[in-house]
Amino acid sequence: MIILNINGKEEKLDVSDDMPILWALRDVMHLTGTKFGCGMAQCGACTVHLDGEPIRSCVTPIAAAVGKKITTIEDIQNDKVGQAVQAAWSEVDVVQCGYCQSGQIMAATALLTSNQTPTDADIDAAMSGNICRCGTYPRIRAAIHAAATKLA
Amino acid sequence: MTAPLNISRRTFIKASALVVGGLVIAFSIPQAKRFLLPGAAKETGNAGEATLPAPNAFLRIGTDNTITVMLAHSEMGQSIWTTLPMLIAEELDADWSKIRVEHASASPAYLHTAYGIQITGGSSTTWSEFDRYRQAGALTRQLLIGAAAEQLGVPAANLKTENGFVISGDSKISYGDLAEAAAKLETPKAVTLKDLKDWKVIGKATKRLDGPEKINGTAVFGQDVHFDGLMTAMVARSPVFGGSVKSFDASAAKQVKGVQQVVQVPTGVAVVADNYWAAKQGREALKVEWDLGPNAGLDSKAMLEDFRSKAANPGLVAAQLGDSKATLSKADKLIEAEYALPYLAHSPMEPLNCSVRIEKDACEIWTGTQMQTTDQQAAAKILGLTPEQVKIHTLFLGGGFGRRANPAADFVSEAVHVAKAAGVPVKTVWSREDDVQGGYYRPMYLHKAKIGLDTNGFPAAWEQVTVGQSIMLGTPFEAFMIKDGVDATSVEGIADSPYLKEIPNYHVSLHTVKTGIPVLWWRSVGHSHSAFVMESLIDELAHSAKKDPLDYRRALLKGHPRHLAALNLAAEKAEWGKPLPKGVSRGIAVHESFGSFVAQVAEVSVDQGAVKVHRMVCAIDCGLAVNPDSLKAQMESSISFGLGAAMQSEITFKEGKVQQSNFHDYLVMRMSDMPKVEVHIVQSTEKMGGVGEPGLPPVAPAVTNAIFAATGKRIRQLPIGNQLA
Repeated sequence: MIILNINGKEEKLDVSDDMPILWALRDVMHLTGTKFGCGMAQCGACTVHLDGEPIRSCVTPIAAAVGKKITTIEDIQNDKVGQAVQAAWSEVDVVQCGYCQSGQIMAATALLTSNQTPTDADIDAAMSGNICRCGTYPRIRAAIHAAATKLA
Repeated sequence: MTAPLNISRRTFIKASALVVGGLVIAFSIPQAKRFLLPGAAKETGNAGEATLPAPNAFLRIGTDNTITVMLAHSEMGQSIWTTLPMLIAEELDADWSKIRVEHASASPAYLHTAYGIQITGGSSTTWSEFDRYRQAGALTRQLLIGAAAEQLGVPAANLKTENGFVISGDSKISYGDLAEAAAKLETPKAVTLKDLKDWKVIGKATKRLDGPEKINGTAVFGQDVHFDGLMTAMVARSPVFGGSVKSFDASAAKQVKGVQQVVQVPTGVAVVADNYWAAKQGREALKVEWDLGPNAGLDSKAMLEDFRSKAANPGLVAAQLGDSKATLSKADKLIEAEYALPYLAHSPMEPLNCSVRIEKDACEIWTGTQMQTTDQQAAAKILGLTPEQVKIHTLFLGGGFGRRANPAADFVSEAVHVAKAAGVPVKTVWSREDDVQGGYYRPMYLHKAKIGLDTNGFPAAWEQVTVGQSIMLGTPFEAFMIKDGVDATSVEGIADSPYLKEIPNYHVSLHTVKTGIPVLWWRSVGHSHSAFVMESLIDELAHSAKKDPLDYRRALLKGHPRHLAALNLAAEKAEWGKPLPKGVSRGIAVHESFGSFVAQVAEVSVDQGAVKVHRMVCAIDCGLAVNPDSLKAQMESSISFGLGAAMQSEITFKEGKVQQSNFHDYLVMRMSDMPKVEVHIVQSTEKMGGVGEPGLPPVAPAVTNAIFAATGKRIRQLPIGNQLA
């Protein structure tokens, strides 16, 4: 039995400790906002925060999260920056198929938490690990700038 | 912990609809007259006035004033979740804030108005539903007015509608309050649609209705389906297409915690487990001996050589005029070129998946599909059921791009086999590796062209041979898409090129190659290769004739006003001819596909062999733009998808196996690769075209034409990769 702190709540999970956080969230906790895209940290669809840092949950075993706080898309509206990012996503109407957007929003929230005035180069560096096959990149960029302006 | 998602939610929707009761509009609309593929009605036996389906249900008004729109098509990012409700809301004078949306079930009621099956594809949703959804809204409005007239005792002619209310002088009744009475009235036989000058919704940039749930993580995709008892399966498939299981040893797989069963299915061996992680570990522990079958020697380099030797001779004629051979022999100048494009995977972000629950005389399927009819038929056939006994729940698609519209119903059939063999409800899930290596690719193509120029530098004769696999062969579409051995999708954009119409002598032919590699339509289908070739060739001719590539196109396209309108708008907005910063060059391309005309100007620099696309300026004439903002989004999307393919993506084969496996070697666009994109819409009252695909074809040639302008090197093979290094 492993105890994880997920979105501020202590949860007990009866799974082996090498299970990636992604599958503990999705298949055990049924928190399906976090998505499976590649399984090898190549696409960012599975991005969650571990103590506020963006991580690829598809390759991070739950053992690595013990004693730390996992935050997912389901709880990001309770974060001031996360809320601003979601509002900007809505304002710019970023999404298309939407499948990668949880990961994009988690990555953008982490970026804006550590850097309140990201340049385009900062956005490239922070967001290039998150693939969007619909190509919403120009709108993601615009939304990150818009959220930065709101947060300033 | 949140409650299991979509089942409870769907059940809730169903229950709430029953509770609030209200109006269900049922009526039949004759199929659309435009864009009808020859033989479509006959081929499917479903469409057409003689065999009109049972009455349809396109919207539901609840007594709580909500208006639920049922989508006959699938939302996969293209925004029909918003565009189709706009059509209903326009005619209904609905309160937009009260609109709710659902995917319709798989049913004859929702057959495509032109294609005769339930399908989302061919960039056709908006034009093919433009009348049907407006009529649904208008009919409903008439019924609501009728109910209000009875209730108020005033003539219907004295009533008007606005924002969800029927209004009579100073009093008004909400649609919700009228719904039950309206449901008892007879459906009008005829209906008058609004004049376009009265439109308030159509043509207005409108935010996506699926935005909120896709931003907060609650949107339910096929992958997110969960209910008690649902197992997860992964299938070990042959590493070579066409291979089969010789034997397998499941003992180690069954030792993995969470693995429940290992069952053989036609496509391989399925490991059925409590969750994905257990299924994946179980599949890794599984030992399968494969008979690799006839394709174990597949090698894409050797195939390309074979294509090349075939291209030396003409194939089956796709289009022909005059005497190209004689004209070429005495042409002022001769241009010869060979172009090649690789196999491509669609790789939508959501890997393929399908959940199946089989009960006595019934089957329920939850998946993201673009082609409900064939999936339903395939499942029914496997289970010995009638199609009506198979219920398909369409969830949001995490991207489709054509992969989820498979006439072979591959991922649905396999999932049905798995659930049947396991005897329990199963969600069969593909890994990314399964997706990249699992086939149904855009075919590889090779083109050989020989063009003769006249003394003015314009083409006097054009010969072109195309070599590649047929997408339509062996599908239900074969009968009307393949004529005299020529698959129309192999030569679309060539045989019907506007440039050829201006040339007195041409000969376009096709060699259809059969391989063991499964192929499928990939965003923009044949245009995904033909536009690259045609727009590159035109550029080659312009440079050879020492003419400006824009002026050269204008001269050849003077009889094609929609091409010209897009071309001129893109050129104007890109300030064609105005000097650019040092090192940056422009390229231009224009192409018609799916009834729309798109021109693009690329601004590109090449630094030590590295290509950087800085800006793409795009202009489109698609006729009426129902939602201009989602139209722009589709152009941005197509440009990204097209750039990835132009720059980096390719599927190759060696010793029968696909050499790529995941996003580290099947390279796609990322944020840092993405240029600035500007989209401009030609104000047009011409016939409506599509928007999901037409933005893609001009991307590659606009970029490679810019590379030529920058470096003098002509890119004739995609992806560009490191050809300039």
